[in-house]
Amino acid sequence: MRAILALEDGTWFEGVAAGAQGETSGEVVFNTSMTGYQEVLTDPSYAGQIVTMTCPEIGNYGVSSEDVESRKPQVAGFIIRDESPVASNWRASGTLREYLIANDIVAISDIDTRALTRRLRSGGVMRGVVATGSGLDPAAFVERARSIPQMEGSDLVIGVTSDRAFDWPQEDPDQFGITPARRAKQRLKIAAYDFGMKWNILRRLSAHGCDVRVYPAGTPAAELLVTKPDGVFLSNGPGDPAALPYAIDNARRLVGSDVPVFGICLGHQILGLAMGGKTFKLKFGHRGANHPVKKLETGKVEITSQNHGFAVDPTTLPGDVEVTHLNLYDGTVEGLRHRTRPVFCVQYHPEASPGPHDADYLFDDFLRMIEDR
Amino acid sequence: MPRRTDLKRVLIIGSGPIVIGQACEFDYSGSQACKALRAEGLEVILVNSNPATIMTDPELADRTYVEPLTPEVVAHIIERERPDALLPTVGGQTGLNLAVDLEKAGVLDTYDVKLIGASIQAIKVAENRQLFKDAMREIGLDVPQSGLARSLAEAVDLARTLGFPLVIRPSFTLGGVGGGIAYNIEEFRDLAERGLELSPVHEILVEESVIGWKEFELEVMRDAADNFVVICSIENVDPMGVHTGDSITVAPILTLTDKEYQRMRDAARRIISRVGVETGGSNIQFAVNPKDGRMVVIEMNPRVSRSSALASKATGFPIAKIAAKLALGYHLDEIPNDITRLTPASFEPTIDYVVVKIPRWNFEKFPQADRTLTTQMKSVGEVMAIGRTFKEAFMKGVRSLELGRSGLLFAAVEMDRGEGGAQGIEAEDDAALRKRLAIPSDRRIWHLFRAIERGWSVDQLHEITNIDPWFLQQFAEIGAMRREAAESGIATISTDQMRRLKRAGFGDQELALALKTSEASVRERRVEQGLNPVYKRVDTCAAEFESFTPYLYSSYETTDRGAGAPGLGDESNPTARPKVVILGSGPNRIGQGIEFDYCCCHAAFALKEEGLETIMINCNPETVSTDYDTADRLYFQPLTFEDVMAVIETERSAGGDVSCLVQFGGQTPLKLALALQAAGVKILGTSPDSIDLAEDRKRFAKLLADLDITQPASGTATSRQEAQAAAATIGFPVVVRPSYVLGGRAMAIVYDVTALDRYMTHAVDASPEHPILVDKFLEDAFEFDVDAIADATGAVVIGGIMEHIEEAGIHSGDSSCVVPPFICPERHLQTIRDYTRRIARALKVVGLMNVQYAIKDNVVYVLEVNPRASRTVPFLSKAAGVSLAKIAAKVMAGRTLGELGLVEDVQVAGVFVKSPVFPFVRFPGVDTILGPEMKSTGEVMGGSTNFGVAFAKAQLSVGQRLPENGTAFVSVNNDDKANLVPIARDLSELGFRLVATRGTAAYLRAYGLQVDVVYKVNEGRPNVADEIVNRKVDIIINTPLGRESFFDDRTVRRAAMMHEVPCITTLTGAAAAVQAIRALRQEGLGVRALQDYYAGIAAARP
Repeated sequence: MRAILALEDGTWFEGVAAGAQGETSGEVVFNTSMTGYQEVLTDPSYAGQIVTMTCPEIGNYGVSSEDVESRKPQVAGFIIRDESPVASNWRASGTLREYLIANDIVAISDIDTRALTRRLRSGGVMRGVVATGSGLDPAAFVERARSIPQMEGSDLVIGVTSDRAFDWPQEDPDQFGITPARRAKQRLKIAAYDFGMKWNILRRLSAHGCDVRVYPAGTPAAELLVTKPDGVFLSNGPGDPAALPYAIDNARRLVGSDVPVFGICLGHQILGLAMGGKTFKLKFGHRGANHPVKKLETGKVEITSQNHGFAVDPTTLPGDVEVTHLNLYDGTVEGLRHRTRPVFCVQYHPEASPGPHDADYLFDDFLRMIEDR
Repeated sequence: MPRRTDLKRVLIIGSGPIVIGQACEFDYSGSQACKALRAEGLEVILVNSNPATIMTDPELADRTYVEPLTPEVVAHIIERERPDALLPTVGGQTGLNLAVDLEKAGVLDTYDVKLIGASIQAIKVAENRQLFKDAMREIGLDVPQSGLARSLAEAVDLARTLGFPLVIRPSFTLGGVGGGIAYNIEEFRDLAERGLELSPVHEILVEESVIGWKEFELEVMRDAADNFVVICSIENVDPMGVHTGDSITVAPILTLTDKEYQRMRDAARRIISRVGVETGGSNIQFAVNPKDGRMVVIEMNPRVSRSSALASKATGFPIAKIAAKLALGYHLDEIPNDITRLTPASFEPTIDYVVVKIPRWNFEKFPQADRTLTTQMKSVGEVMAIGRTFKEAFMKGVRSLELGRSGLLFAAVEMDRGEGGAQGIEAEDDAALRKRLAIPSDRRIWHLFRAIERGWSVDQLHEITNIDPWFLQQFAEIGAMRREAAESGIATISTDQMRRLKRAGFGDQELALALKTSEASVRERRVEQGLNPVYKRVDTCAAEFESFTPYLYSSYETTDRGAGAPGLGDESNPTARPKVVILGSGPNRIGQGIEFDYCCCHAAFALKEEGLETIMINCNPETVSTDYDTADRLYFQPLTFEDVMAVIETERSAGGDVSCLVQFGGQTPLKLALALQAAGVKILGTSPDSIDLAEDRKRFAKLLADLDITQPASGTATSRQEAQAAAATIGFPVVVRPSYVLGGRAMAIVYDVTALDRYMTHAVDASPEHPILVDKFLEDAFEFDVDAIADATGAVVIGGIMEHIEEAGIHSGDSSCVVPPFICPERHLQTIRDYTRRIARALKVVGLMNVQYAIKDNVVYVLEVNPRASRTVPFLSKAAGVSLAKIAAKVMAGRTLGELGLVEDVQVAGVFVKSPVFPFVRFPGVDTILGPEMKSTGEVMGGSTNFGVAFAKAQLSVGQRLPENGTAFVSVNNDDKANLVPIARDLSELGFRLVATRGTAAYLRAYGLQVDVVYKVNEGRPNVADEIVNRKVDIIINTPLGRESFFDDRTVRRAAMMHEVPCITTLTGAAAAVQAIRALRQEGLGVRALQDYYAGIAAARP
């Protein structure tokens, strides 16, 4: 079946339907990781986004129930160059197409994803529509792309956070979970805000000896603090951090309390805002598994997993907040630390999945921050 | 951190001659390292015995030594040059081994030379299989179960414990020489014995077999701050059991989940750190069990490798250049990425295309060789292809191989000459096909497509081959697409269907076969349908950043349309400047190797100097020509008419004047010359018609007759009858060969009608449209090679006259030669110069020309004229300090020799000998005797002020260490006996003990020489082979004895080769060796930099 991708700049691509039938819209972004399409699909940070993988061969190893970052695929749509009709891997439980159809994800394949990526790189991320069927009118879809709301200012977290608190089961890492540098001396109690949390963060915290209770994004900070957690974690998630005043407010309370706080991605942006900084939207974001980040304290470079469209503006930060990590591609802020309070956060994804494990030490840093108190 | 300041002078070791397992990828990496170090203001001292390299160009280093790569010689160079450091990691296994030897001999300590890039300890851990395994276990990684054996008994014990099949790997050998897989105890004994013998430390590893597992490689880098990056991930399509150099490989890894891949990446990081490679690149190989994901570490190379050259080309990340900078102490984040300019090298390249590498074998040169692919590498070259999908890259790769019709995946069965000829394939039943699939060989991929044509399922094929089902599915889809195309036919094929086929990488030629029409009509049809390729850039970052280097590959893409910006699908962005497209030489093969790549690179350098834009097209990832900064623009594309024309059309589209240079890349571009010209492409230099005239026997014979120049009597034949008639007129012996071939492919000397008939019946149709040439064979003549340059005004300058050391009958590429000529009367040299000038003018040569001459009975004959770059151009250029290829390229672009200041024949700076190296050690059972068909893979140069030392050096460089005393075994055929006497006398006078077989001994004794008798192989024990094995013989002079004692000879020659006893198979070669031994004893080897030789010439000029 034919399919079409129409962009707000008036461009359109004709391809082949590769998932569910129908129509979908969202912000079109590209991810440059060569592995981990299933982790990308199920990462709630992609809510509201149509993702194209720059790696051209997708679906080769199928899908597996073990490689998910949340309950189901979260992307608004999926764009690929070449779809594999077979799933070739000993862990595979089905093909990519079966998975997309079962989860009602509209997808298009067989289009020039490199030309699309170049367009997004030069024109910035843009709104787009993917539709399947024959005799589709491109102009109408271009109009539709122009009519969908912009991501800036919308609260996308509300759609992906859990509806009630729950405890992440204690589990042993499987053969692919790397051995942590160390485990907590005694199991630690962590309260985690779920803004669209990737499960691998939970798996890594658990592997490091933490018992995690996950709270919906809107839970008041007091409700967490009253349980006397050893530490609080702020998760990744989709969309514009500035559109989440309640989360920023809660974060401010956490920073003001004496409990150790660690944030990743959206959690980092929320902490940045809570500590007095401002955020801005990047032209085409950082999405991939090869971004070099320099840890300023040591000068060492980490290859990191990234997925974000907004960043903290370092010039807006007050003096008691220190930049700890920088992106070597464009110099944007990748990590922050409060100079006097036990608060630190990173823009990238130490939990990887997909991507390198170079930054797993940050979980250890979190343990140390808790244990050193 | 800024670079370390304690280093001023660095010694770089090259990898020596091109051999199987060590080809021009090390010229690429070595050249990059030289450039990178000099750019940092360091002085570079280079040593490499291979003159056909860019790295030995005198401009690339401060001091360039083309000298034997032995510890003694390099120690001598170190003593003279006093480098502060040695970079051993860009010269392949040769470089590493030499570094270890120098360290062991205390040379590095004595002269306080620091090793940079890899420490001795790291080299030892990586190279010693047991130390490596222990290290891996120590860091918690899994390895195949194994043990070391130092004797056959130990090996057999191990085999009993581990069970079959077993892999045997000798310690410290190159490219897995002597390794193999044993399925039973008998096979095991043979392999173990050979492995023990071949290992320089007489040690083998006996290992649990992981045959059939998935095989992967990671190319990784590390800097002094412990920053670690993976540059490229590679997956082998052929599973474990086939050497990675013989495997079809693909980048990136396509069948691992992120979880599995990251586990591998973590392991790689731990490995490079544990082995202790402080800075630089390494290659790490893994095997993964497809059933349960168990991952084991196979091996690691603590240096740049063939795979890292591939990875550099596959990603655009120049590993060797960066490795050299890291060795100076820079950190990855301090080095910019040349392609994006704005981002640092401390990242992991991500690619948005698929790269496929396919090896190129040369088994047709060694009919007796076993074509089974094992853990020992047998291929001589490789191609790389880039496409947006696996199918596109794979199909482009297959046509890059240049296998003619037998390269087509779906050629009609009778075209498959793989084995057993036409009948073998026609009669092939399913059982035979199954066997061909199960036992990997160079033709397996074609067998696979035949099975797909027969309807075999992916599951079935996976069960037989263990190839991952994902790849088999891709192949099956290609098969299905071809079937559909065949049902359509050219007239009715729709645009959609044609687009799908082109998008899957089908070449016009392959489609012509499917659509039962000509390539031209496929082309016409698809152009009518608006189907043309776009060009995309290799940019290290999947388009995340802008690319500033035009490193391009083609793809058939769908277009983006609408009111947005103009289409972003095509990134070729051609300029309107005048430009020259240089066609490269494709995959390395015997007869067409690095020499031609050297010429293409020099053409690019020269034309840039002339202010022209240079555009390189080539598909060989091992080369300097495919470095993105050699030419202004690089198209990594197959060298077919379709692919070349598409580039030219794209380049023309911006309005610039486009011409094409076809004379420097060997036969590959020459074959395209006429078609390109017919398509309206302007060919630079000598016209394709002149090239054709020189190849066309009838036209050429007439030309020589008109010029009153003698040539051996000759004729042409297209049938057995015609050949007989021609031979009758000419008289036996005759040389027979197909026209338009390189490297003497299918060339033979025949002495009678029976042999002639056999040849005509089985002759390989290398170029079926061209007839078989029949020439008089000039027995015992002396041969000469001449390279000359002519310009458009008719000026001709002789680049050099090289005298072959072996007599006529041995292919010029396999013959040692010396410049200047050493035993040829001046009057003949005058004749040669005169003929060369007249022929160049008559052929209206503009550019390079090579002429082969023979002198017999004081008559000078012209054997062959090739108005193009020849194999000897780099050798002569190095001997003279003049880049003939650069001058020729400038002349072709319109300059005159006068303008370029070259008015007199070129003088060489000393005495230089070129000697070939052979791959026989790789092919057990193949005779080492030389003939008119070229068999050497590479060459070395030895230089001195006299012939003896130059020859000794060349011999040493090819691994023949001439003894200064000891025992000489001589055994020659009856014709040679008289001429043996003076040689034997010389040896005796030099103090050698003479040993001979009965006949030879009796003959020599009659001349008063003292000779001991030894048994022939079939006469009893101990025989001469035993004496060789027992190392009681130091040099062998053995000319072939003819058919009846053929096997005796062969045993002697093989024993000599395996035990590295110099074995000389011609009397002229023996005479040269005696001169060399005398010179060695009188004055020793000595070393001299090229720069010093050239200073000598400059000083001698008025």
